[in-house]
Amino acid sequence: MKTGLSKETLVLHTGNEIDQQFGALSMPIYQVSTFLQDVHGNTKGYEYSRSGNPTRDALEKAFAVLEHGKRGLAFGSGLAAISAVFMCFSSGDHFIVSNVVYGGTFRLLTKILNRMGMTVSFVDTSDLGAVEAAVTPQTKAVFVETPTNPMMAVSDIRAIAAICRKGGFRLVVDNTFMTPYWQNPLLLGADIVVHSATKYLGGHSDVLAGLVVTATEELGEEVHFSQKAMGGVLGPQDSWLLMRGFKTLAVRMEQHERNANVLAQWLGTQPGIEKVFYPGLASHPQHRLAKEQAGGFGGMISFELVTPELAEHFLSRLKLISLAISLGGVESLICLPAKTTHASFPPELLRSLGINDRLVRFSVGIENVAELQEDIEQAMANQ
Amino acid sequence: MASNEFTILAPGSPGVMGWAGRSGQLAGTGLGTQCVHGGAAPDPAYGAVAAPIYETSTFALLDICTSAGFEYTRSGNPTRARLEEAIALLEGGCGAICTSSGMSAVLAVISLLEHGSHVLCPMDCYGGTFRTLEHARRVHGLETTFLDMTDPEAVRAAIQPNTRLIWAETPSNPLLRLLDLAALARVAQRQDILLAVDNTFLSPVLQRPLDWGADLVFHSTTKYLNGHSDVVGGAVVAAQGRRDLLQRLATLNMSLGTSQSPHDCALVLRGLKTLHLRMRAHESNARALAGFLAAHPAVAKVNYPGLPGHPQHALALRQQTGFGAMLSFELKDGSPASVRKVLRALRWFTLAESLGGVESLVAQPASMSHASMTAEMRERIGIRDGLIRLSVGIEDQADLIEDLRQALES
Repeated sequence: MKTGLSKETLVLHTGNEIDQQFGALSMPIYQVSTFLQDVHGNTKGYEYSRSGNPTRDALEKAFAVLEHGKRGLAFGSGLAAISAVFMCFSSGDHFIVSNVVYGGTFRLLTKILNRMGMTVSFVDTSDLGAVEAAVTPQTKAVFVETPTNPMMAVSDIRAIAAICRKGGFRLVVDNTFMTPYWQNPLLLGADIVVHSATKYLGGHSDVLAGLVVTATEELGEEVHFSQKAMGGVLGPQDSWLLMRGFKTLAVRMEQHERNANVLAQWLGTQPGIEKVFYPGLASHPQHRLAKEQAGGFGGMISFELVTPELAEHFLSRLKLISLAISLGGVESLICLPAKTTHASFPPELLRSLGINDRLVRFSVGIENVAELQEDIEQAMANQ
Repeated sequence: MASNEFTILAPGSPGVMGWAGRSGQLAGTGLGTQCVHGGAAPDPAYGAVAAPIYETSTFALLDICTSAGFEYTRSGNPTRARLEEAIALLEGGCGAICTSSGMSAVLAVISLLEHGSHVLCPMDCYGGTFRTLEHARRVHGLETTFLDMTDPEAVRAAIQPNTRLIWAETPSNPLLRLLDLAALARVAQRQDILLAVDNTFLSPVLQRPLDWGADLVFHSTTKYLNGHSDVVGGAVVAAQGRRDLLQRLATLNMSLGTSQSPHDCALVLRGLKTLHLRMRAHESNARALAGFLAAHPAVAKVNYPGLPGHPQHALALRQQTGFGAMLSFELKDGSPASVRKVLRALRWFTLAESLGGVESLVAQPASMSHASMTAEMRERIGIRDGLIRLSVGIEDQADLIEDLRQALES
């Protein structure tokens, strides 16, 4: 595929979207478990859908193009994708992970991988000194979420990649919040990108999926082995829906961000709101870095209300914005991370990270922005 | 939210959150909000944010002659009902029916008419509509006059005592001629004739025919409403005051067996969620391309209502909220060899029937969409062999312009 293609065109034409047999403009859904072979075991490239399926393959190839990597791999959920990456490592290996990481990743590391003898240090990865100080002889990978969920702290991918290269270990970046439309971690030096594709990539709150893209073929082979051996693959139907989501990724991401920029500025001026966390605000501590390493600031905002009572009142009165876990869909969603997405964190840790019961996480949808403002206004009123 | 404990209520329990009052307020909201939330109230059973797909043929009755509103999927299905609600909301109608293709929606509309009725239809209508009306002439005794409807007076003059339907397409395919909907509605109302408008080319985002007095709006949802080139479907919307028509259309959809499958309805509903964003991107690209083509020496003529030189540019400004993303142009050298060369050289425009998908398509109407018309009729209308139609996608503008440039100069 031609390089240097603009991202609006690339999301539509990765070179994998047209059916090779009949020219169908939409990739056929190969809803099949197995493929014919001859007596010598010869196939036409596929033998069993767990190890490979034409529809999933089209998705994986398309996504590798979007993330500027060599190999894409699709999984049944974001956590299946993250698990498959960690399962490429061995007992005794040590990881450095962003301290405000998604609760599901935290649970995986502290409740499952720990039993397999893998160890982890949670550090503030927006502080490069802290990352360097956490390195041990056993360190095999740094896992970074940027911006973090829900505190929206931004880590310097390029600088951490340099630390990793020096130490001879891998850099894994969870790019769920930004998507390749705004941020390309592999171009900044990361080795592996992971996604919960359930979010912006699917974009319509109707698919559960995870994606991995690797910078090299060798790493891709390792993750593919783990995908095939553990079996957390994405089904053909969901693979197809996810590709359908890519087709509007450009227009959706632009609108999410346009709305989020307006709302982040405006929320800061509203009575009852103490603090707004959004990398697009000039007051955000890593605003400059965010501007430098990503093409946009995304559609996620967190904000803190003055009291827990106001937070509860506010959430229960919203009409247009739905109280629900997840994010990145066309419809606006809101939640209290301390009680939902991050409930697997110990309470004292939550407190130290600033995830309190006044902090609200807002996944800004693509609705009319004035109506989102009106909804927030009416929900804050009449205390 | 006093503790971390979640309470589990029985499925279907009423919600106490603000979203429970959402549906009553949707009619007054802006277009973007309607696209995202139309037909998309959280699932009453479990609160699923995406509508469940009721992939079922039949429904268990709750008691003798008692159901929760659905008995058999051909007559009604909860997923299809959501799509019908969403399309009706966007068009400002009282309700809609969704059918398995645009042509089956045409069939439903003409099946409203008695044997021996007379229909007025634009002479440059979609080729499939032309074929169906010609078929109906033989089989259903329906008489159709195909005429130039850009002049409302000519339409008035063509009315016969048995005229029951005016079928309007605006902008027309592929010449992008416009019809004055308010004027046609005045003609139709005075004579008690139904006015049905094919709104496929613009979608309710750019034109709402019911606001101009139409009785019915027709859509091939295959095009912009679904928008991803992966579903074939149709819809008919009835105006606010025409519940009678809606009821008859629903009965026809059930009786003819033309209703759309639940899975395809869910896909179209998914398409509607980005309709406002897609139409904006489509149109902004089309405007740029129309300007580029109009200035190109290899191009003789560009048909696009957004160009100030378009004969009905002023009407487009009045009647539409945008110019859409369909355009056609004629090459100066209209020889078959020259047309073939341009079509073959295009990289991002795929040669294919259909339109309205996110990916750019190109077509030669004379050999494709309008091949079912006689050569003589095509000539009369102005569809020459050198006419090329573009369905402008949402790719990057510069990539599309560069593609056209290299193809025209190849």
